[in-house]
Amino acid sequence: MIQAEHLTKYYGDIPAVVDLSFTIGEGHVYGFLGPNGAGKSTTMNLMTGCLSATEGRVLIDGKDIFENPKEAKRRIGYLPEQPPLYLGETPEEYLKFVGEAKGLRGTALKDDIERVIQETGIAEMRHRRISALSKGYKQRVGIAQALLGNPRVIILDEPTVGLDPIQIIGIRDLIRDLGRSHTVIFSSHILSEVQTICDEILIIAHGKLVAFDTPEGLEKKLLSPGQITLVTDAAPEAVQAALAEVPHINDMDIQPQDEDNLITIVLNTDQEDIHAVSRQVFQAFAGAGIDLLEMSLKKASLEDIFLELTEDTSPEENQAEESAADTGTADVQLPEIPETTTTTETQTDSEEEVDPQ
Amino acid sequence: MMAVCRHELKSCFHTLTAWVFGAFLLVFVGIWAMQYNIQAAMSSFEYVLGNSTVLFAVLIPLLTMRSIAEERKQKTDQLLYSLPISTTEVVLGKYLALLAVFLVPLAVIALYPLIFAQYGEVYLPTSYGSLFAFFLLGASLIAVGVFLSSLTENQGMAAGIGVAVILLNYYSVSLSEYVSQSVTGTVVVLVVVAILLGLLVRHLTRNGGLAYGVSFVLIAIITVILWRDNTLFEGLLPRVMGQLSLFERFFTFVNGIFDLTAVVYYLTVTAFFLFLTVQSLEKRRYN
Repeated sequence: MIQAEHLTKYYGDIPAVVDLSFTIGEGHVYGFLGPNGAGKSTTMNLMTGCLSATEGRVLIDGKDIFENPKEAKRRIGYLPEQPPLYLGETPEEYLKFVGEAKGLRGTALKDDIERVIQETGIAEMRHRRISALSKGYKQRVGIAQALLGNPRVIILDEPTVGLDPIQIIGIRDLIRDLGRSHTVIFSSHILSEVQTICDEILIIAHGKLVAFDTPEGLEKKLLSPGQITLVTDAAPEAVQAALAEVPHINDMDIQPQDEDNLITIVLNTDQEDIHAVSRQVFQAFAGAGIDLLEMSLKKASLEDIFLELTEDTSPEENQAEESAADTGTADVQLPEIPETTTTTETQTDSEEEVDPQ
Repeated sequence: MMAVCRHELKSCFHTLTAWVFGAFLLVFVGIWAMQYNIQAAMSSFEYVLGNSTVLFAVLIPLLTMRSIAEERKQKTDQLLYSLPISTTEVVLGKYLALLAVFLVPLAVIALYPLIFAQYGEVYLPTSYGSLFAFFLLGASLIAVGVFLSSLTENQGMAAGIGVAVILLNYYSVSLSEYVSQSVTGTVVVLVVVAILLGLLVRHLTRNGGLAYGVSFVLIAIITVILWRDNTLFEGLLPRVMGQLSLFERFFTFVNGIFDLTAVVYYLTVTAFFLFLTVQSLEKRRYN
């Protein structure tokens, strides 16, 4: 559906997007994820023909966005970061203009306006001035505009920024619904949002595509090497003997007994299916008659992947990117996952313990 | 294109621009018509139009200032770029809408000579010839205004520059008397113009080599002409300034001559500035 080939965009001497190539298929919801200033908006502007690439090209359904702009743009509905609304008009007047510009006339135009008004739920606001609408409704009018003419691809640039939680849920539901009948591409720097809505995720950092996979696929990538933590009150030697039978254990760290006579064992494995290993550990313990008090698996969360992928660039590139970005620094909004918080805390604790030595 | 045109037309009437523009033009033309044609009982309506041209210095920037600057400020230009319409269609659509707004008061004014003809001898061909030229003059100035509006996102700036440019053009013939007639003066000005053109090329294309090339070639041409026949430069500047005046050509119509070259000139100026506007909008995608 969309093919980006070696897209490169320089603002003066500052690279915003460097050699970006990807292919987006039909259907589904795709998420562009990246910290602020990563090049998400630039990429979207390049894909929709609002900006011209320094190098490379974009094909929409085989039509080059620059050589055959009309045909290509007919297949796209685009909502830029700031909804391009004429504030003095009502949503209906505004949609009429966009519909006409997209080549709709007469009853086809009327029906289509009616359809997008219903789809985006702005029926009550259709005769109010856009300037008087709340931000959530303005965003919806912007999306309605993108839906006019029933384009096959809908591109939304940070559609949930600046909305309140209820409006965010509304827009997310809308995106999910749209994903059933269109290819939807939307960008966000909020990880949980992308994780919940998208079928596939493109992670962009410093103008480069660092990952393109399903949320599960991305998680799996960092699952190996996985980590299994066990807590038992058995003797360390017995545990070692029992675990010796279990395959795919790369290394084992048995921590000494604490005041409650418990020992903690940390196992590392490179097995992709971490549950196969944990099952065998359980069986081994049961066979040896050792009581297993706790077992926990550390799965890499998308957030870990995101941080690892986006921070993995050289300092010079970081500097260049920061000067290009509006905000200067990477402002990553993370989801609240309690597990992760504990992990981070543990790491900090251990570091503090190490420091005095 | 028609969608953009209709939309622009609607917004002109919505934001009162069209009303203010029309009202001002009608009031002043009306006042002068009253003074010349009614009180002084002169039969030539073209002098009223001749007087009214100075109004363009204020009215045209008022009409054109928001056309593109506002799109840029509200970021609605991104919508226009992403819609399946070309930049040329956007510019032409907007231009035609402004032209329509200009035509509304002109249609009313077109009745005046007919009314006066009821009460005396009016030579209608000169009146309507002048009205036609008045329209062409306004049309080319609107193109200039649209271009200036495409350069900035600040309406006030667009209007300010517009007033300055139109006034300079209005006075260019009288100013040309003060410009150097000598060969040296002309050469100095031409060299400066060549360098400025080079800078403009560099600004538009970001290609230093091309810019220096343009300046170098122009200066080389000036040098060759200076060496072969320097009499060409005598009095060149005043002549050029006179030729560039859009207003000067209008007065040939007022004097009763239907000047086809002037018509072609107005159309060329209009097309040239609309072309520049398209380039200015296209360039924004390449920044």
